[in-house]
Amino acid sequence: MNMTVILITLVLLAASSYYVGLKKSVSIQKSEKLHSAPIYHGSLLAIYSLIVSLLFILIWRLFENYLYPEFSLSKNLIFFLSLLVFLITALIVFLKIEKNFRAREKVENIIEIFLLICSTVAILITIGILLSVIFEATRFFSMVPITDFLFGTHWSPQIPIREDQVGSSGAFGAIPLFTGTFLIAFIAMIIAGPIGLMSAIYMSEYATKKTRDIIKPLTEILAGIPTVVYGFFAVIVVAPFIRSSGEYFGLNIASESALAAGLVMGIMIIPFVSSISDDVINAVPQNLKDGSLGVGATKSETIVKVIIPAALPGIIGGLLLAISRAIGETMIVVMAAGMSANLTANPLEAVTTVTVQILVLLVGDQEFDSPKTLAAFALGLVLFFMTLILNYVALNIVRKYREQYE
Amino acid sequence: MNNLKSRIAKEKRFKAYGIISITTALTLLTILFVSIFSQGYTAFQETRIQLPVYFDQEILDPNKTNDWNIIKKANFNGLVKQSIRNLFPEVSGRSNKRKLYKIVSSSAEYQIRNIVNNDLSIIGSKQNIWVLADDDVDMLIKGNINRNLPENERRIDDQELMWIEYLESENLIKKVFNKTLFSSGDSSESEQSGILVALLGSFYALLITLVLSFPIGIATAVYLEEFAPKDNKFVDFIEVNINNLAAVPSIIFGLLGLAIFLNFFEMPRSAPLVGGMVLSLMTLPRIIIPARAALKSVPPSIREGALGLGASNVQAVFNHVLPIATPGMLTGTIIGMAQALGESAPLLIIGMVAFIVDIPQGFTDPATTLPVQIYLWADTPERGFVERTAAVIMVLLIFLVLMNSLAIYLRKKFEKNIT
Amino acid sequence: MFDNEELLKETKSQALNSETVGDIHVDDPRIIAKNINVFYGDKPAINNASIDIGKNEVLAMIGPSGCGKSTFLRCLNRMNDTIDACRVEGELFLDNENILDKKTDVVSLRAKVGMVFQKPNPFPKSIYDNVAYGPKIHGMAKNKIELDEIVFKSLDKAGLFEEVKDRLDAPGTSISGGQQQRLCIARTIAVSPEVILMDEPCSALDPIATAKIEELIYDLKKNFTIVIVTHAMQQAARVSQRTAYFHLGNLVEVGPTSKIFTTPQHKLTESYITGRFG
Repeated sequence: MNMTVILITLVLLAASSYYVGLKKSVSIQKSEKLHSAPIYHGSLLAIYSLIVSLLFILIWRLFENYLYPEFSLSKNLIFFLSLLVFLITALIVFLKIEKNFRAREKVENIIEIFLLICSTVAILITIGILLSVIFEATRFFSMVPITDFLFGTHWSPQIPIREDQVGSSGAFGAIPLFTGTFLIAFIAMIIAGPIGLMSAIYMSEYATKKTRDIIKPLTEILAGIPTVVYGFFAVIVVAPFIRSSGEYFGLNIASESALAAGLVMGIMIIPFVSSISDDVINAVPQNLKDGSLGVGATKSETIVKVIIPAALPGIIGGLLLAISRAIGETMIVVMAAGMSANLTANPLEAVTTVTVQILVLLVGDQEFDSPKTLAAFALGLVLFFMTLILNYVALNIVRKYREQYE
Repeated sequence: MNNLKSRIAKEKRFKAYGIISITTALTLLTILFVSIFSQGYTAFQETRIQLPVYFDQEILDPNKTNDWNIIKKANFNGLVKQSIRNLFPEVSGRSNKRKLYKIVSSSAEYQIRNIVNNDLSIIGSKQNIWVLADDDVDMLIKGNINRNLPENERRIDDQELMWIEYLESENLIKKVFNKTLFSSGDSSESEQSGILVALLGSFYALLITLVLSFPIGIATAVYLEEFAPKDNKFVDFIEVNINNLAAVPSIIFGLLGLAIFLNFFEMPRSAPLVGGMVLSLMTLPRIIIPARAALKSVPPSIREGALGLGASNVQAVFNHVLPIATPGMLTGTIIGMAQALGESAPLLIIGMVAFIVDIPQGFTDPATTLPVQIYLWADTPERGFVERTAAVIMVLLIFLVLMNSLAIYLRKKFEKNIT
Repeated sequence: MFDNEELLKETKSQALNSETVGDIHVDDPRIIAKNINVFYGDKPAINNASIDIGKNEVLAMIGPSGCGKSTFLRCLNRMNDTIDACRVEGELFLDNENILDKKTDVVSLRAKVGMVFQKPNPFPKSIYDNVAYGPKIHGMAKNKIELDEIVFKSLDKAGLFEEVKDRLDAPGTSISGGQQQRLCIARTIAVSPEVILMDEPCSALDPIATAKIEELIYDLKKNFTIVIVTHAMQQAARVSQRTAYFHLGNLVEVGPTSKIFTTPQHKLTESYITGRFG
């Protein structure tokens, strides 16, 4: 007997038991006042019987192989047993229906439990991330020592074709990836920090309402552009531009450079920085501003000496969130920054980042027994905790800041 | 007085910094759009060449079987070559002829084949057929290859240029709306490649994302905002998890998809089903957080009013609070879906990055998505693909603009609802 | 006569000694409250208040802001349950049933003890649906005809039917503030409660709308027991038969309205009535 057939039968049974419950409670209602409206009686009968019989099937399926292996062949048995369970539950509930039966409360309890179960999905996702990343990363660290990974300066994760090939083991020193990641994030923040912050200040303190109404949606557009589009922009516009202006000054710049990736990532982050800064600046109480303006300070003096110091924790929190964004960004760097793991602080050279290497290692054929594939999960683990810590710190700073003015 | 003057100057400078910042941001936005549109708008047209095709009985069906199963094995390629030779009878020499054949796309053969398949009675007649031009010819016609460059710097040499100019003078070459772009899958030849696989892949994946993340997200938001006990450790833990998930880099979700969905549950690689599942994990917190904000902004007096009438907590929430908050919650959902539509990194990891020609028929057939197609084509140096990449971006942006406009409209409606 | 400092001392000593002056009992009680204590977290909000509320009477509860009169009102249909930190002790009898008992079904309680709030809060639905909502969830009407009858009667009793009968489909938020408040009263009447609680129902309304509501309260008294919290003493004097005076969480004095306003027994009551604080 097919599982779908069982499920369809049960659902049909549930539908009919709904009507049975409804009928009985309606007939009671004719003479007496019911505690709960008839639909609740019907629903309870249907939902309750369905849940109990489904639970029964689930438990049976989980344990059939352990307890009664001789029964597991017979799918008909489980069908009839689940029907029996359904009918018994339905009968018990049916007998309980009377004028004081609190069917509504019970239905509502079931709804609340359902909602609670839905909200635990977020926890399951986190556990899923941790399990998948930690499990594979541990296997990686059993092949490559963790110190080599965290402090090594050479990264070249080839797959050996022959046993005796030179450098067959591959090198998994992740330092060049970390420096590359931070170099690009740094360039991005140099662009996005001042532009985003100054835009936010202008928008919240100087701009008229009309300007705000026009410019706000435009910056929101900037925020909604997919990162792969920024990557394409970097490849066809920014990188050639940097290279030709480099030639003008007599510099030889690679077509893939940290500068191109960082610049474009900076553009991507501008709206992020400006919207967070806008929020924190607007949270500064008006009376602080009035106090400063009232003693004859100019607007810019008020902003620099009163608003920014007051909003500083919030701004710093926002910038940290932006950095975490930049570190986790993949598409721009994979398209514009390159794959070569150079240990350099020169923004004109090609560098690679943690996210790029995760992608490079996993796109194409994967072998879950080679350190090459598993290295991606180790990098994922580092990336996850790096962004987790940054976010945690940043969100705490921002929250403390908000509470201060609430 | 001097002091005041310098202070006023300072004030003006400061204000100028602000204006400069905003102008810079907007200029960059403009450059981005202009560069993409100027690269991409030509891709919405394709070049076709008119060939005088003689559906020669001798070539197609010498035994007069009139049976498609036999005809389909005929030398259609030869038929195309013959038609091109008919157009330029003066061309001689092997290498010249081979060059001549290349002005027409290799898809011409299949086009002719389809025509015969649809109507076998055409055999024996002469027809003028518009076939797809080769991508280099296409680029030249669209002006992406400069005719005035010296011969050794362009991809079309003088002889080819002569042929094309002959076709132009005879009106045998024209630009039409690019149907190929929207009706075919990927191809190694840019003029034959299209985004249908990516469009369908995005559609299937987003459908899965919506079906999974919308109900769970809304249920979570409703629970946390309306039913969860306050000051409860477990509830706090759920909240912390949601806030952190919202900030986890998207590529990490790809790792989860690879390790759990593909390796553990052995789901199919490259499938929109898994893509949609991965995207839904990412979208979930992006739906929950704005949905909670929407619920929170429903005035408590509405809830109290219902409770005061003897509505239960569940009734008050489902009959009154939810309907008011719905537009607000939908706004967040649509913005979350728009972000999912633009996401590519996690999809690359679960193998949605592939050269896929066949149109996916369902959720488990291999497919790409629009952003992944952009990534794939952006890697190809050919001018024809650059143009098409920019065109996919334009298509993607149109979808995003539509979704965001809908979101803004709903937000306006919501704001009116709660005041 | 005494100056403010003395008054303050008086207040403090009074807070410790929470004996209520006047007559808390009535002959035919509908609600009997015994030793009600309310806490917000650890902070006491109401101190040992006991009072009877009679059948078909209008009881006004007055007192300065923060005196606990609204808190007390919200105990009567357990609206305080919606505030997490709030804890209620004591006994409250409605029809010989202790409604503070954990086993009491608050939903059916609130159907018996309806509430009208400070600010009119019609649902963003049609006028008809606003009134029909209560009867629907309580399954009071078997069909559309019965529902129509309940809705029209309730609107009529609330003195609103004539004004809105042509636009029952218009949103409840589209009518004037005073009409909205009467709509909220109609909505409450529609579930045929025994008691109606009103929490400063006129504080958001203009004088004309206020007068209409007051008239309505006078009419409703025939069928319902009404407890009204009000800031305006004149209003209490106009609409109520009995008045209870609250001060800093204490039920200071209870008595027939005429007596409270002319010859209050307690000094605190007197100073409030004469406008010394509030």
